[in-house]
Amino acid sequence: MSTNNCCCCGGVDEREQKLQEIIGKYKNTKGALIPVLHEAQDLYGYLPLEVQKKIAEGLEVPLAEVYGVVTFYTQFSLNPKGKYKIQVCMGTACYVKGAGAILDKLKEKLGLNVGECTDDGLFSLEACRCIGACGLAPVIMINDDVYGRLVPDDIEGIIEKYKKISE
Amino acid sequence: MEMVNITIDTRKLQVPAGITVLEAARIANIDIPTLCFLKDINEIGACRMCVVEVKGARSLQAACVYPVSEGLEIYTQSPAVREARKVTLELILSNHDKKCLTCVRSRNCELQKLAEELNIKDIRFEGEMGNFPVDDLSPSIVRDPNKCILCRRCVSMCKNVQSVAVIDTMERGFRTIVSSAFNKSLSEVPCVNCGQCITVCPVGALREKDDTDKVWKALDDPDMHVIVQTAPAVRVALGEEFGMPIGSRVTSNMVAALRRLGFNKVFDTDTAADLTIMEEGTELLNRIKNGGKLPLITSCSPGWIKFCEHNYPEFLDNLSTCKSPHEMFGAVLKSYYAEKNGIDPSKIFVVSIMPCTAKKFEAQRPEMSATGYPDVDVVLTTRELARMIREAGIDFKDLPERTFDDPMGEASGAGVIFGATGGVMEAALRTVAEILSGKSIDNVEYTQVRGVEGIKEATIELEGITLKAAVAHGLGNAKKLLDKIKAGEADYHFVEIMACPGGCVNGGGQPIQPSEVRSWIDLRQERAKAIYEEDKSLPIRKSHENPKVKALYDEFLGEPGSHKAHELLHTHYVKRENYPVE
Repeated sequence: MSTNNCCCCGGVDEREQKLQEIIGKYKNTKGALIPVLHEAQDLYGYLPLEVQKKIAEGLEVPLAEVYGVVTFYTQFSLNPKGKYKIQVCMGTACYVKGAGAILDKLKEKLGLNVGECTDDGLFSLEACRCIGACGLAPVIMINDDVYGRLVPDDIEGIIEKYKKISE
Repeated sequence: MEMVNITIDTRKLQVPAGITVLEAARIANIDIPTLCFLKDINEIGACRMCVVEVKGARSLQAACVYPVSEGLEIYTQSPAVREARKVTLELILSNHDKKCLTCVRSRNCELQKLAEELNIKDIRFEGEMGNFPVDDLSPSIVRDPNKCILCRRCVSMCKNVQSVAVIDTMERGFRTIVSSAFNKSLSEVPCVNCGQCITVCPVGALREKDDTDKVWKALDDPDMHVIVQTAPAVRVALGEEFGMPIGSRVTSNMVAALRRLGFNKVFDTDTAADLTIMEEGTELLNRIKNGGKLPLITSCSPGWIKFCEHNYPEFLDNLSTCKSPHEMFGAVLKSYYAEKNGIDPSKIFVVSIMPCTAKKFEAQRPEMSATGYPDVDVVLTTRELARMIREAGIDFKDLPERTFDDPMGEASGAGVIFGATGGVMEAALRTVAEILSGKSIDNVEYTQVRGVEGIKEATIELEGITLKAAVAHGLGNAKKLLDKIKAGEADYHFVEIMACPGGCVNGGGQPIQPSEVRSWIDLRQERAKAIYEEDKSLPIRKSHENPKVKALYDEFLGEPGSHKAHELLHTHYVKRENYPVE
């Protein structure tokens, strides 16, 4: 279980205070739920029950509706994200250029399924929709870095690079 | 009223402006199939079963949401329409769990009926099945997403009508499912078990937890003294299960059928409703006289009680401490009746036939075992009783005239009207008015508190007291009323709240009428009419005049509100946390 990115370690009060500020900022505006979820996810890295519950209470929206919105959009996550968030583009261009093989290689290398995070909290793996870099297909993103024209053999080097940075 | 000229299938019509094509077609007696549509509750045009061709429109339009306008030309049976409906229905069927033979809704399923009406003989598509787990952890409601067609009627009922909002649509695309937050079971979320979701489900995706096996087993046990009691709302709805018109009073047939099923005694919960009035009326007068917590809020509806425990804990002290009538009855049966008849209470098995799914939850609350045994052993809904009657091969419409057993079969009209919204209030007023005046009052009808208006208010002059009362039915209305009281915008002495719209007659355990019936006929009114007829037909119409209740106090309980009465007939409530974080 990842511990470095969850709610049960340091900074809980500070984050909760920030969450209440976010809710306060949007409260009483129409369509507040999605922007609040975005900012809350930036704050916590994901949207666990306790966070969704506070949002539901704060915005006076039923929790079932909040959860419905969170699970509708792939952008929102119920699971913690790694320090390095790997997104594999599964848009049409990337898909036909072999994104599936890239994803398989990542799964094998990291021992993860899509939506999961490594035990050390370093990497999380997601499949996403088109990120708008079709010319570079197949593409992955690690946080804000883009890697294009990939072949499965490129994966190992990329992973090692991030492992080194974080040492 | 502004009228517009339209043409439907070459028939020229003049219809009110602003109505939908579906409503206009209804006026012309032209049938347009619907599936997700439920008038006033779910009008979202999602399922596309009601598509029609509108001259000049680019594509087929959903009749349930398309408004009529001057000169509109509509075709409801063109080849394009027929083919579109068929394809849509086949797609819905392509991933539906088609175990119709053993489905609780077989022959009362809107999907099955459509497949028959649209002459579907072959399903051209084979969809991937969801294989979702069935949620049967709640004591009241079972959810089977494999049968769900995502019409969202239950979501709208739960969220918009009841303001309970514990179910919604989750995920997207093929993985879309109606579920609770974090896919929790209904038993883990603030579901109040009202079962209104079941009554609007067109298919078998939502059903009550079937407890008929437990009852068959008790009936089969020669050592058990099995007593059945029936709520007032059951007798005005059970007939619908056997094809009788809505609003038929079938009290005699019901009693006769229960005898044939083998129950040792067939008693009337209305007797206990009279008992409830004695206790609750006394409680009201005491609170008014002694400066107790007001308003006093009724506690007969277990859906409302759980809603209050989850969402309005600040009102828990306002709730009457009276148990609901069938629970009071159970406690009396396992004490007074057991003693009087020399039966060991451990050998008494009490079955309540209720219009309600929340009573299943209520019966298993630990507080509901005054004698050390559960007050009520099993609660069956009206629908489950109908199933038992069919299973036993009883011809329900052809049964001899029968009446409830003594000594717990006699009830007043006040006990009967508990089944309709405003009934508990009216029954209490009949008694409280006489206690205060000390004389017999002829006019017993308090029509101000009757009817289907969501929130009803009344000011009643009773000997020296101006009693301010309010009645809410449907939890959305209850929420509005409570928020008003909380904000200090209204104050009352006495408030009646029923979880279900219309009260118990429209409870979550009542016979299910399809959208094509309940969209156009107000079930609440039709069934309530029968309740008020039964009230009028009875010689005694005031709870305190019920001789059986008088005898119960004389021989056993002492007086209303006595220590013994409190032990057996009263309860307490608990604050419940919504979505506890582990």
